[in-house]
Amino acid sequence: MSSVLLRANQLTCIRDDRILFDQLSFDLSPGSLLQIEGANGTGKTSLLRILAGLTLPYEGDVQYNALPIMQCRDDYYQDLTFIGHLAGVKGELSTLENLSFNLAIQGDRTANIEQAIEQVSLTGFEEASASHLSAGQNRRIALARLWQSTSKIWILDEPFTAIDKAGVAKLESLFLEHIQNGGAIIFTSHQELQIAQQHLTRINLEQHD
Amino acid sequence: MWKWLHPYAKPERSYQLASTLLPWFAISSIILLVVGAVWGLAFAPNELYQKEYYRIIYIHVPAATLSMSVYMAMATAVLVSMVWQLKLADAAAAAMAPIGATLTTIALITGAIWGAPSWGTSWVWDARLTSYLILLFLYLGVIALHNAFDDKALASRAAGILTLVGVVNIPIIKYSVEWWNTLHQTATISKFEAPSMSPELLWPLLINILAFALMIGALTLVRFRNEVLARNAMRPWVQALAMKEGAH
Amino acid sequence: MTAPTHLTYRQLFFSVMNRDLKVAIHNKGDILNPIIFLIIVITLFPLGIGPETNLLTRIAPGIIWVAALLSALLSLERLFKNDYIDGSLEQMLLSPQPLFIMVLAKVTAHWLLTGLPIIIIAPLLALMLHMESLAYPALMLTLAIGTPVLSLIGAIGVALTVGLKKGGVLLSLLILPLYIPLLIFSTAAIEAAALNMPYDGHIAIISALLVGAITLSPFAISAALRVSTN
Repeated sequence: MSSVLLRANQLTCIRDDRILFDQLSFDLSPGSLLQIEGANGTGKTSLLRILAGLTLPYEGDVQYNALPIMQCRDDYYQDLTFIGHLAGVKGELSTLENLSFNLAIQGDRTANIEQAIEQVSLTGFEEASASHLSAGQNRRIALARLWQSTSKIWILDEPFTAIDKAGVAKLESLFLEHIQNGGAIIFTSHQELQIAQQHLTRINLEQHD
Repeated sequence: MWKWLHPYAKPERSYQLASTLLPWFAISSIILLVVGAVWGLAFAPNELYQKEYYRIIYIHVPAATLSMSVYMAMATAVLVSMVWQLKLADAAAAAMAPIGATLTTIALITGAIWGAPSWGTSWVWDARLTSYLILLFLYLGVIALHNAFDDKALASRAAGILTLVGVVNIPIIKYSVEWWNTLHQTATISKFEAPSMSPELLWPLLINILAFALMIGALTLVRFRNEVLARNAMRPWVQALAMKEGAH
Repeated sequence: MTAPTHLTYRQLFFSVMNRDLKVAIHNKGDILNPIIFLIIVITLFPLGIGPETNLLTRIAPGIIWVAALLSALLSLERLFKNDYIDGSLEQMLLSPQPLFIMVLAKVTAHWLLTGLPIIIIAPLLALMLHMESLAYPALMLTLAIGTPVLSLIGAIGVALTVGLKKGGVLLSLLILPLYIPLLIFSTAAIEAAALNMPYDGHIAIISALLVGAITLSPFAISAALRVSTN
């Protein structure tokens, strides 16, 4: 019984006739905090989307529990929380409505939504329409899910964008707590993290094309 | 049992196979087209009521019947691509769409030309003609969808969904003359009964159908090779091929 | 933290549908515009063809159905576009809950907002076109069965084109051929009714179209959505 949560198997990604990365393979074990690095346009977002099963790679596959994710979608998505560039927040609805819907379809419906809202410093904004909130606040609505998430694998594309220093600190401590509980996180970030280097593994995409 | 097919899942092998088969299809189709045309136009006797102009049957029927076969072949390729995750089948489906569309157009035009003297009208909205026109729109939709996406693999997946949704139209076209009262005649050639057409008129028709089929095969092989090259442009074997051809 | 609970299919269906309805209330223009378009188109026909009553009576079923078709086409764009732009569509594709149910819920919400109004104002439209009074029940019946089919099959086209920049034009080419059988049988049913002839055969066929669409189109829509969000 392997303890590998997710396995990337010879992934090749081609965009606009450019090979972004070729034959990329790695394992994600419980307790890993994996940062994908590379300059803009090197395929970081593409890789994250391939790992989440949103984009099909040109070649190679991604495996969850030794099965290709295309064959075990429901099980994999049970255990995955993906937050990409788009917040997934509807402007017409309130913070509370957005968050409870996002949690519900993820299978993480709980009674503790207030707590999640508090963690992202949006207390008082529960009934506000998301269109009346700033972009940063919208991103925080998207991130609030993480405090209620029961998924082991988190794939986050630039989670720290538009978050202030206090928010970044809170998020980083959440990350640590998550990996200490056996979860795993793959993320990209342009900012330097305060997390101690021993917890962090890096993959630089510019070395894989 | 199907192990011998496995090497052909690689684009390079299939490309070579297509190149090898192409001359056979091309030459045999040209020969049969000439034979069929000469026999049909010059040697087949006059028909009782339609005199000379029935001869358009030798273009109309092969085009019409094979346009539906091409759609089924396209749908089969899409199915193979989806079930076995074979990108090569996408190239085949993309290759066949414009050929099928052209055949459908030829059948519609020759049908209209034939209808004017024989039915008294070049078009009527009966079940056969209407469902056949829908087939043309389906082909055009598939082609448009292929062109709308920049990424060819994605385009094929989208066009494949439309192809499979439209497959239901084929049995409707086939059986429309039996299920409804249509101006278009019922089937002349069937699997189990004797054809209701005399042999002197039937033989050139069968030869023309075979000729058209071989021609479609040849054209598909040409387009298939192009699609394979376009979809694998990054590969070393394609670049080596381009170097070699460029050197001539 | 209390243990997370899964949604039943029913809860999932209604939460997705209610969400779409809530969002629509904030975007009333999206709902009203197609209906106003429908009324204007129907008004244009007597003005363009001439108000000769006999002529209008004969072609009324066809006009109403074609206008309904075009109105449906206009309204379909909003089914997935906004969700695609703000990322909610992506999150639905990443859900462990069945996409089939969520898609069906969205299409149901769409029908409630666009198909149902068409059915409600249909008698008014029929009146404007001097439709034969015998045909009114057939008109209502064909619209009741047919407008869900318009939403379901249209959703396939929208799902295929939601990621494209010029998707709107392509949408008509993709969907209208698939609408033709429904159009033919519905108008034939209404015309038969106007002549006091039985039309159950036609109704049976469009009911079969509806059942086929409800059961099969969500698969096509889901597959198309996964392609479009690639």
